[in-house]
Parts: sequence; structure tokens; C-alpha cells
Amino acid sequence: MTFALELNDVRKSFGKSEIIRGANLQVKEGERIAIIGPNGAGKSTLFNLVSGRFPLTSGDILLKGESISALRPFEINRRGLSRSFQITNIFHRLSVYENLRCAVLWSLGYKYSFWHRLNGLKDVQEHAEAVLEQIGLKRRRQTVAGLLTYAEQRALEIGITIAGGANVILLDEPTAGMSRSESDAAVELIRKVTVGKTLLMVEHDMSVVFGLADRIGVLVYGEMIACDTPVNIRANKKVQEAYLGGHAPAEA
Amino acid sequence: MKFEPINLGRWLVWGLFALLLIVAPLIFTQGASVSLLSQMATLMIFGLSYNMLLGQGGMLSFGHAAYSGLGAFVAIHAMNMASNGQLAVQVTLIPLVGGIAGMFFGVLFGYVTTKKSGTTFAMITLGIVELVFACSLMFPGFFGGEGGVTTNRVIGEPFLGITYGPQIQVYYLIAFWLFISAVGMFAFTQTPLGRMANAVRDNPERAEFIGFNTQWVRYLTLVLSAFFAGISGGLAAINFEIVSAENVSMVRSGAVLLFTFIGGIGFFFGPMIGAVVGVFLTVMLSSYTKAWQLYLGVFFILIVMFAPGGIASLIMLNLRVIKFGRFGRVWPKLWVTCAMALVALVGVVMMIEMLYHVTLNAASGPMKELLGFAVDTTAPTGWLIALVLLAAGAFGFWRTKSAFQKAWSEVNVEIEDMIRRAEA
Repeated sequence: MTFALELNDVRKSFGKSEIIRGANLQVKEGERIAIIGPNGAGKSTLFNLVSGRFPLTSGDILLKGESISALRPFEINRRGLSRSFQITNIFHRLSVYENLRCAVLWSLGYKYSFWHRLNGLKDVQEHAEAVLEQIGLKRRRQTVAGLLTYAEQRALEIGITIAGGANVILLDEPTAGMSRSESDAAVELIRKVTVGKTLLMVEHDMSVVFGLADRIGVLVYGEMIACDTPVNIRANKKVQEAYLGGHAPAEA
Repeated sequence: MKFEPINLGRWLVWGLFALLLIVAPLIFTQGASVSLLSQMATLMIFGLSYNMLLGQGGMLSFGHAAYSGLGAFVAIHAMNMASNGQLAVQVTLIPLVGGIAGMFFGVLFGYVTTKKSGTTFAMITLGIVELVFACSLMFPGFFGGEGGVTTNRVIGEPFLGITYGPQIQVYYLIAFWLFISAVGMFAFTQTPLGRMANAVRDNPERAEFIGFNTQWVRYLTLVLSAFFAGISGGLAAINFEIVSAENVSMVRSGAVLLFTFIGGIGFFFGPMIGAVVGVFLTVMLSSYTKAWQLYLGVFFILIVMFAPGGIASLIMLNLRVIKFGRFGRVWPKLWVTCAMALVALVGVVMMIEMLYHVTLNAASGPMKELLGFAVDTTAPTGWLIALVLLAAGAFGFWRTKSAFQKAWSEVNVEIEDMIRRAEA
């Protein structure tokens, strides 16, 4: 069978130091996978490799069976993979609504059009409205994105990521820096917007991880040491060792 | 407000703009005013096209005159060919020739410049304009060498009595193209590409992750911008009947950056204000004083430091205060502060003018006419008066400034609060 996303012996070196040392992962369609691991394990780097932000040193990444390891970010996005960022990455001078409109433009086929009138595009409006509703920012529609609260910006970050209708979603620490209640709301949001989609997320908050993930991948020093169901991961000796055995500082 | 089927306010604004263009020469009837209005309108197109790059696309270009200037050269050659009978083109359509030429060079140079953004982009544009300027002196056949290329805009049979001989007819031709170009460039801001130009300006990285090749967004924006720059070049060729190396120079490129920024890059109409100010400063002020470039420079620095949004943002911020009915509380403090600044300004201007007279015009005697008085620039009286004015104004400004700032920030905090409550 073809996997939604497949990593085959992915390696990445910066200079002499090898950050990702042969990561393997197979994600089935519709599956939700959380990647956990100590600080500096290479989780964000892995996301940057998958989304095309950095080129691979060796190995291969397949999206729906096709290699994407030589493609640029926008080409990967056009093939149906979309990502969010750990540090909020939005169009800060545009309004919330405009942020979402930009995010749906390519997938609806308007591309670089300068012959369509943006306000006349009903499908763009409807898609942007629907996402606005989903992420609960309807009342903030005209607010400039840079002036939103932190939690609102995180919600918009997720909104931009899913707006284009990609099937494979990568979320990089979506609840980082949130309070308990904010992060509960974020989990609900993520659950809602990724229905029927393949989800890969980096997360530190264990309650979020165990609440959302079908499987958990554990990345330690650039290697995927285990990828299994939450119950099995809890019982996994290697994982316990990595987290508790003093090799790396544990993280909440 | 975005979902109204017909935006009445917008129709009203464009209607008023058209009306203003039509009646402007009837209001300003003094000697050279039609010529000034023509220059302003040409510069408005140039500034608006420049702002497609700087304001909307976040591309700081030091070489925009390459497009308007090359457009002007092609346009003037087209006019000369038309008068020789080699080419059948109406003068009315010459700006379009300029536009297409500008666009062609946009396609050519833009491919190189827009590969990068930010500082690298700025540097490459600087290189390109220097290159074009060097070429203009290397190929006198096309560029006319030092003297430039001249033409006569009165070509062929009059069309409905229009010969484009009188300046007023040229003005209306320019006004017509200004209106069309302004509508076109405004329409651009309302298209998917126009919006993505904003997105790429704000965050090029994220734009790549929602499916857009940022290089293409910049490139297409630049090509369209070069088209409108070329139109302004074509109009300049008709207006002045001469195009020279100066048209493709760094100086011209720097000027449009200056005026666009002074007008305000954050609002669509900002560059139009910038064009009016620009023509006033370069054409009118230069006939009164030799120090006009100094005033222009100081004015630019003041805008950059204290009103980075330009004159347009100053207007819009005050309009917002008026709209929310709070202007009464700001106004008393505002005018006192402005009056104080004005007093200081008079002192500074007196000093600069006297200094210029002493250093450059000493041969014509020590007397200099200032504000209707004959002042002896070698005697201490004039200097003393200027110094007192400056000191008094500066002291007054310093004393009244904080009261104004307090009132201003209070009012704006209240307004933002009201907006937030209206949203919630």
C-alpha cells in the first residue's frame, strides 16, 4: 500500500554534525501521529525536511507514494502537504480575514491572477469564512493579525495551515506557550479541523499527545527509536530509558 | 463593509478625483500652473507605480527610473517615427507605447532583480539603473547622447481640433491617463496577485508554505509596475518633448523614492500627495531659493523619523480622531504646538537663507531680501532675530509638545478601546 507520508532513512547534517541520523516513519492515511522527544532531538528539523524548508542530506521522503525530497516548499504545498510553525508565522499586517483568503487562493486555482476581483470571488469568500468560523475568530475578522492575542494568533496559524485543504497536515508545537484552558481549546480545534486528514505533530504537552495521537513516534538524537500506540509507548523500555535514564533531560 | 454590493463611498471618491482633474486647470490659472499640474499628474503615475513595489510588495527599488526612462525613450522615438510617417500612431496612444516598452524592460530586468528580496533586491536595482545610465551615454544613436532626444508632439492632422500644441490639451491627456492608470493600479490591489504581494511583503516564508512562489509574485508585480512607470515616461516625453540620460538616472530613481515615502507608502493615495509635494519642492521652491535641496532633505528626514507613514498617514490619523468626535480635545494643543514649530522654522529658514547668501552671493552685496524685509547679512541684527525666533520657537515647542502628546495618546487609546468594544 502507499502511505500518506513515508520517510526512508532520512539524514540531515549541518556541517559535520548529523542532526537527523536515519529517521524512518510510515504514516497511514487518516492517521494522527505525534512526535515527541527531548530538546534538540531534531523534531523541528524533521518537519523542516518534510516541508521542504531544508534540503535532505540523504534518504527519501514520499508523499502519497511520490518523492518530494527535491521539491521546494510551494511545490510540496501544492501536492497537498501543509505545515504550521512553532514560532507564529502569519501575515502580521493583513487582517485575519485576508490571512485566510491568501491561504485559500492557490488551492482554488486563482494562482497569480491579476484579472479576478478578489471581492467578487464567492468560493474564496466561502472557504475563508468557513475556516474563520472553525477557528473561532469570526469577531476578529477585520483585526490586523499582528494585534491578536497569542492564543488567537496560534489559532490563526492553524487556520492558515488547513485553509488550503491539504490532506497531510504538519503542526509544529501547536500548543506551545499556552495556558491549560487555552491548550484544551487548541486540542479541540485541532481535532475538529483535521477530521479525515493525516496529521503529524510535534508536541511537548503529554496530555495533548495522549489525547490526540493514534500513534506516538519518539525521536532521540536524530533517530526514531520507537513508533507505536500510546499504551505501548508508555511500556516501551527504550523510551523509558531515553526519557528517564539520564541520557537526555526529560521534558514536560 | 467589504460585503456591500456597491461600494458607494468608492464611487464617490473616484468621481471626485475625476472632477478634480477636470476642474484643476480652471481653478489654478496663474502662468505656469497648467505646466505644474501636468508634471504633478505625471509624477503621480510614476509614484503610484513605484508604490506597487515599495508599499504593496515591500520591494525597495533604487532603479525605478530605468522603466519610466526607457519607456520615455521608446515613446519619443515612436513620436519621431510617427511624424516621419514611418509609424501610424496617435499621440493619444503614445503613453501606451511607453507603457509596453516599460513592461518589456520590466520582464527583462525584473527577472534578475526579483530573484532576491530585501537588501539584495535593492542592490541589484541600483546596479541595473547604473547600467542603463551608462548605456545611455554609450549608445548615442538611441539615447541621443548628452543632449538627449527631442521631438515635436504636434503630429499629423488635428483630431477633433486637438493638436496637443497648447499645454492645456497636454494636461487633459495626462489627466486622462492618470485617471485610467490610478483606477488600474487600485484595481490591482484588489486582485489575488495584489493581495499576495502584500502577503509576500509581510512574510515571504509563509507565502511559500501556502503554495506561492514568492519570486513569481515579486516578478509579476514588478512587470505590472514597470508598465505603469512606462506610461508616466511616455507622458513625460509628450509633455517636455525631450528625453535625456537624466530620465534613466539614479537621481530620478531616488526622487521617486523620496516623494513616494513623503506622501506615504501605507495608503494607496499616498504617492499622489507625494507627487504634489515633490513638484512643489523641486519646481516651485527651487525658483525661490538655492537651498531647496537642503529643505527637501530635512523634510524627508523629519517625515522618516516622526511620521514614517508619510503625509497620508498624518491625514488619516487626524481624520480618524475627527470621525470619533475627539478632535476638539486635540485641536487646541495641536495648533499651539504647530505654531511654535512654525516660529522655530522661520528662524531656521532665515539662518539658512542668510548663510547661503553669505557663502554664495556675497559678490552681489550684503543685502538679502527675506519675507519682504531687506536684511543685512553681515550685520548681527538679522542673525540675532533669527536666533531669537529659533530659540523661542524651540522652547515653546518643547514646552507644549508633551501636552499635545498626552492629549493625542489619550484620545487614540480611547478610540482603540471603542473599536475593540465594537468588535466584541
